[in-house]
Amino acid sequence: MSTSFVLNGKPTTLDADPNMPLLWAVREVVGLPGTKFGCGMALCGACTVHLDGQAVRSCVMPLSAVAGRQVITIEGLQSAAAKAVQAAWIKLQVPQCGYCQSGQVMSATALLEKNPSPTDADIDGAMSGNICRCATYPRIRAAIHAAAQSFKASA
Amino acid sequence: MTRESHASRQPTRRTFLKRAGTATAMALTIGFDWAGPARRAAANVAPSAGAVFAPNAFLRIGIDDSVTVIAKHVEMGQGAYTGIATIVAEELDADWSRVRVESAPADAKRYANLAFGTMQGTGGSSAMANSWTQLREAGGKARAMLLAAAAKNWKVPVVELTVEKGIVYHAGSKRQAPFGSLVRMAASLPVPEKVALKDPRDFKLIGRQASRVDVAAKVDGTAQFTLDVVLPGMLVALLKRPAQFGATVHSFDATAATAISGVVKVVQVPRGVAVIATSFWAAKQGRDALRVEWDDTHAEKRSSAALMDEYRQLADRPALSARKQGDAAQAIHNAAHKVSASYEFPFLAHAPMEPLDAVVKLSADSCEIWAGDQFQTVDQRNAATTAGLDRQQVSIHTLYAGGSFGRRANPGSDYIVEAVSIAKAHGADGTPIKLQWTREDDIHGGLYRPMYYHKLEAGLNDKYELTGWRHVIVGQSIMADTFFAPIMIKEGIDPTSVEGAATIAYAIPNIAVDLSTTKNGVPVLWWRVVGSSHTTFAVEAFIDEVAHAAGADPFMFRRKLLEHEPRMKAVLELAAEKAGWSKGPMPKGKGRGIAVSEAFKTYVAQVAEVSVDETGHVKVDRVVCAVDCGTPINPDIITAQMEGGIGFGLGAVQYGAITLKEGRVEQDNFNSYRVLRMNEMPKVEVYIVPSTLPPTGVGEPGVAPVGPAVANAIFAATGRRIHVLPFPKTGAA
Repeated sequence: MSTSFVLNGKPTTLDADPNMPLLWAVREVVGLPGTKFGCGMALCGACTVHLDGQAVRSCVMPLSAVAGRQVITIEGLQSAAAKAVQAAWIKLQVPQCGYCQSGQVMSATALLEKNPSPTDADIDGAMSGNICRCATYPRIRAAIHAAAQSFKASA
Repeated sequence: MTRESHASRQPTRRTFLKRAGTATAMALTIGFDWAGPARRAAANVAPSAGAVFAPNAFLRIGIDDSVTVIAKHVEMGQGAYTGIATIVAEELDADWSRVRVESAPADAKRYANLAFGTMQGTGGSSAMANSWTQLREAGGKARAMLLAAAAKNWKVPVVELTVEKGIVYHAGSKRQAPFGSLVRMAASLPVPEKVALKDPRDFKLIGRQASRVDVAAKVDGTAQFTLDVVLPGMLVALLKRPAQFGATVHSFDATAATAISGVVKVVQVPRGVAVIATSFWAAKQGRDALRVEWDDTHAEKRSSAALMDEYRQLADRPALSARKQGDAAQAIHNAAHKVSASYEFPFLAHAPMEPLDAVVKLSADSCEIWAGDQFQTVDQRNAATTAGLDRQQVSIHTLYAGGSFGRRANPGSDYIVEAVSIAKAHGADGTPIKLQWTREDDIHGGLYRPMYYHKLEAGLNDKYELTGWRHVIVGQSIMADTFFAPIMIKEGIDPTSVEGAATIAYAIPNIAVDLSTTKNGVPVLWWRVVGSSHTTFAVEAFIDEVAHAAGADPFMFRRKLLEHEPRMKAVLELAAEKAGWSKGPMPKGKGRGIAVSEAFKTYVAQVAEVSVDETGHVKVDRVVCAVDCGTPINPDIITAQMEGGIGFGLGAVQYGAITLKEGRVEQDNFNSYRVLRMNEMPKVEVYIVPSTLPPTGVGEPGVAPVGPAVANAIFAATGRRIHVLPFPKTGAA
């Protein structure tokens, strides 16, 4: 059975089990490995992608649920908010092991796209579903504030 | 695949020059094209163009001016790649923007951890400490040879030359030459026996904020983890393991599993039954459908509560002495004032973000492994034994590890051995197989930080001076029954059980530290900061109780007992000063606590500030951290490791516990094994003590003092002490 959706701007049809989580469809069927497997239960956020602009956990999202919709993975990030986030991540040297960071960048980008001036409480709300065992949290917070500044300046 | 090791293993004092073809293969040691051209297996790996100058096992310089540093340590977040590259580049005077890092092959001769002796591996926060002189000399000798080459080319004395950012200058003749242009000549010159190392005052990279070599790839999703390895024809395996440690397969029914589309084979291996499939999803469904009957004859069936009961009783029975100074029992017996307390510590899982995984390509005469490998030559030996091969037939490609915290460094190489045994059961036919653990496998999988029971007693004289200290530790040994035991366990004392306790730095005339080592069927392992993950809590929470009994300020009481320990005292004072300790007690509902520790010769003190609401809910607002790790190689990474260590330690003391019921682990995933999240992370300030002493590690020591600092802050806020970890679910109340 095939599922058609738009992946990183490209119309895509996958001939795969419709119950397969989007995470594995993207990683193993399409071959985009930037989205990570961390828990398989939407508890850690390592697998975060954008579905119609919303940050969602792809490890529990059946492939069938994205039919006809827009999916963006870390490989397809293009927006000004995303660029601001990634630049701030580098400037503030956020990653340590780096494994969760695709998901962190995806969640932070979705936050900034909705809310260009997030408060600390907004950041807690949007980012507390993304676990980082290296606890890069202080830098993630600082980087989101920095990204918001540069994003606003460029807008 | 051509490996650099073939050439440089030759016992020659001459350097060698490689032609472009070989150089490309060399640079691609782990970066070859199995995952598409955009993938990056190691930091900034790209083939060096043209000829290469490789005067030792730790660096290569290409005619394109690229400097490739070969890292013998795994990069698991701690910044080892950047630190290693910084040391080499400093003495080389390289252009930092042209420096890249690739991982070394498994080779105990060239890449041993000098702190461990003859094995290659990363742990004990030793990467910088053991590499420091070795890598400075590696960079310095290469620099000397490049200078000699320029001097020869230009027919000028070497002393008239200077080097800056990868370019050699001769001021007198206004000539300059980038490293790449000197490579051919340098490669024909002898490697100097000795080289003068820089005066630390001349450091240009060390002590500065050099950017990490791995950040860009970790921000755009191109960094290469084991999860991301794809090889032609590769299969994915999931292993069904018993619910109780020590149980074995009695029988299994693979009918339903093999009916799943994509399942290729179901095989029994020593640790369980593996489902091998064409994809993770098929393997997962296959494993869910697999029926296994287990034989629990030799399984550990006790609960952790029963084990703790046993530990409590053992604390009152004779134990082995880990430290004896004076007569602690007599001093406490004679004391005017006595204090006693016990502390209970649970099993803890490491739970790195990347669940354990390894790719194995096994054939009749070779075994190739891809993993975020932390114990390369140990894993090499265990893989060889499992595969029935010679050690030399096993090669390891060390990739970025998505966290470890000690988990990937285990003497039995559990996940590597599983992967090799599955590849063997599959037929050892050269089919690459990726063993993937799920999060549940990780939480259930053992090799936990051991459970411990600590019992402490102290005696004070009539002037409230501490005269006697008795500390009994009960728990499993990490090194017992491993190959470390004969070397490391002396007179029954596993040093990892008592470090931080037997090494207590406070000036106390009578000290007794005893150890009662328990045995049970739960596999255990070092966990970030190892013994100090529990001993520092016990010592620093208890000294706080003693200070309170003495009516003394917790900071002043500690400081007085550390007069003879200048480095420990200095971090304690720095943290207290920066935290504003002298301002006195905090407002109602808030509290400030302090703790200090030494782990792996790095000194860390922390002051925590907490708020406790009416329901007893604790929020850690701020942690001020002072660290002395000798020469600070990269202050930003030191800061990051302190921040991360604080968050890691905080999650553990607040939530972390693996508990067993009838031998079955009661936690499954991040819902029941809670870790720290963004909204719970305090503000962290880090202050680094300036130093020119040799560097020590920072990956682990930041974890040790945060738990007791917070517990002591909770006492300051509420008057309640914490004696059982993790903290009560409702907070301190």
